[in-house]
Amino acid sequence: MLNEVIQTIPQVLIDGLALGTVYAVIALGYTMVYGILELINFAHGEIFMTGAFIGTALLIFMTGTGWGSALPAIVMLIIVLIVTAFLTGFLGMGIERLAYRPLRNAPRLIPLITAIGISFLLQDIVRFIAELTKGNYIVTGPSLFTEQVLIKTSSISSIFNDASIKTSFIIVLVTAVVMMVALDIFVNRTRWGMAMRAVAQDRETASLMTVNVNKVISITFFVGSALGGATGVLFAVQYGTIDPYIGFILGLKAFTAAVLGGIGNIRGAMIGGLLLGVLEMFASANLTLLTGGVFGAEYKDVFAFAILIIVLLFKPEGLLGKPVTEKV
Amino acid sequence: MRRLKTLWKKYEQNKLAHGIFLLIYIGVTSLSLYTAQKSVTAFLLLLTSLLLLYFTKFTNLTKWLIAGFVLVFLLPFTASNGDAYQSYMEVSTLVGIYIAMALGLNIVVGMAGLLDLGFVAFFAVGAYTYGIFATAQASNFMPFGTFPLSGESFWLFIIIGGLVAALFGILLGIPVLRVKGDYLAIVTLGFGEIIRIIFNNLDRPINITNGAMGISSVTPPRLFGIDFLYPSQFYYIVLVLLFFTIFTVRRFEHSKIGRSWKAVRENEIAAQAMGVPLVRTKLMAFAIGATFSGMMGVVFAAKQAFVDPTSFTLLESITILVMVVLGGMGSVPGVILGAAVMTILNLQVLTEMTNWLNQLSLSGIISIPYALSPAKMQRFIFGALLILFALYRPKGLLPAKNRIFIEKDLQGANRKAKLVTPQEQSENEKL
Repeated sequence: MLNEVIQTIPQVLIDGLALGTVYAVIALGYTMVYGILELINFAHGEIFMTGAFIGTALLIFMTGTGWGSALPAIVMLIIVLIVTAFLTGFLGMGIERLAYRPLRNAPRLIPLITAIGISFLLQDIVRFIAELTKGNYIVTGPSLFTEQVLIKTSSISSIFNDASIKTSFIIVLVTAVVMMVALDIFVNRTRWGMAMRAVAQDRETASLMTVNVNKVISITFFVGSALGGATGVLFAVQYGTIDPYIGFILGLKAFTAAVLGGIGNIRGAMIGGLLLGVLEMFASANLTLLTGGVFGAEYKDVFAFAILIIVLLFKPEGLLGKPVTEKV
Repeated sequence: MRRLKTLWKKYEQNKLAHGIFLLIYIGVTSLSLYTAQKSVTAFLLLLTSLLLLYFTKFTNLTKWLIAGFVLVFLLPFTASNGDAYQSYMEVSTLVGIYIAMALGLNIVVGMAGLLDLGFVAFFAVGAYTYGIFATAQASNFMPFGTFPLSGESFWLFIIIGGLVAALFGILLGIPVLRVKGDYLAIVTLGFGEIIRIIFNNLDRPINITNGAMGISSVTPPRLFGIDFLYPSQFYYIVLVLLFFTIFTVRRFEHSKIGRSWKAVRENEIAAQAMGVPLVRTKLMAFAIGATFSGMMGVVFAAKQAFVDPTSFTLLESITILVMVVLGGMGSVPGVILGAAVMTILNLQVLTEMTNWLNQLSLSGIISIPYALSPAKMQRFIFGALLILFALYRPKGLLPAKNRIFIEKDLQGANRKAKLVTPQEQSENEKL
């Protein structure tokens, strides 16, 4: 039994990394907003989903027109990524302005409720736009990078099976890594990043130090949502078929990743995402085998939630976070 | 304008005028429902009389007697005259079920301030408890006894379902006690999904819930040899349970535990410092909230005669949350109103509007694309309601009232508390 598990490990690792990078970049959006506002932006998963739809629509549109299909696929993808990132970034900013800013001093339950409301609203708006234009809300985008590459992992050691990867996986991985590195530089090296960290640490003191708090919060939402939207495009490219309800569960898992890494901690979110992706893939590949058929792969969501609950119970500060004591 | 105002003031003071107006209103609406059976409007207007009743200045006992009369006799009798009888009763039954669930969630969210996004899980637990034992399903894993159990056991199962749900509430509560606020919401959401996924997959290795196929032909309840098959019969079961629920919740609200819940909601640390046992208070909130939900789950399973996991999705949990937010968190009359409005909106208004629009587009007057049909806009409507109410009316339609004790009155003979809304309270303080 152990042999079979080990044999599949290369494939599990690759699939897990693909999923994990998606989780990681979405988790960044959660963690940034939480770090600054101490608010779980429930709508973030929906921003990701909206990004996936905008990206797919753009790709379909561009492959439909002559000059679009003349471009190499990679250039087209980059254009789509940038346009989508801007659109979803402004969407995130708008959501903050409309639904969260008026409630900044309300009891903490209230913004959470609006966040759920926004999330439902976005799901339905996207659904009926998609259904109106395409006739069906489950949309399949053009397949761009479908070449399969076989990695001979069996040549490293005979206990491994060969693993296959799609070219899109490499693109997803590279883009995600570029985004994460860019974000890390932005937060740690630029003036706006410094302002963001200051607001996260202490909003009032930061505002006394001439930091424009509202603007910083807007920018945080912009950056987080832009990353989320761009990841949506990557998701659509990698997995092909999307529907308006992918955002919720995926967002929840990304949130799990953020908690796992330590919420409010940007590098923690990246690590948590990758870890969760690999763990989940491992579970879905091996649960049936390990439990002797009692639990099947359909329990992989349960597995992810169980991780969330366990982390929250035993190490609520996460892997890289610092424990917080509550003062009266 | 001023004369109108004084007239209104006079009317507001006059109980007799209230009585006469209400009598005329109930008379007219019930008569119109009696004569025009297909009119959903008449049905809804008759239900509105209960809301009007709430705003009158009668004593509580009188209000309850009138409400009881309308619900027990007038509504079933006037609706019973035509084909639409069962569908009206179906709607009323579901309204009752949802009101009880919303009242349960109101204890957890509104009174104790613990945002629970997986509340429908307890409903599911109740429904499956009866569903499994009232079909042959239980014989797959029970070593003794013959299944399905007879319909008489239903009455016992209402209590068992409530207890099992309460047990699950405590099981959820114990780990969740360590997390707060937003985390709590996420964990309960995860819990709700876990329960649903487990019910969805528990057909292997032992077939307990029959998986995604669901459990069908659940034994109907039986009392004195009569099988309960129609919504008009279930209506009375739900009505009894609902009166019980409202009564209990009202008693809880102003009891010691109810005050502890509110103290925990306002400030956990301060409450603890004042000697409120946090663990017990929170667990009680989860358990009691879950109980009502579980009891109604049993009724739901019996009424539908079919249980499957699709009835217990996240959308349902959010629907119940919308009811609580819409009516007013912590306010019992508000939540009742919210639940009634949402259920009727969901079941009657949206479907009626869809049918109406379909007819219009069939006759070619206007054409509404299929994607925009109101029955599919549930999420949109729920989302918009949540946002609008959180932004502009966070206290809901009928805000919660707190009992305040005026010191002077307490010393004197008049030992009565006054019920006021928080706004009034702050105004009083300003004075």
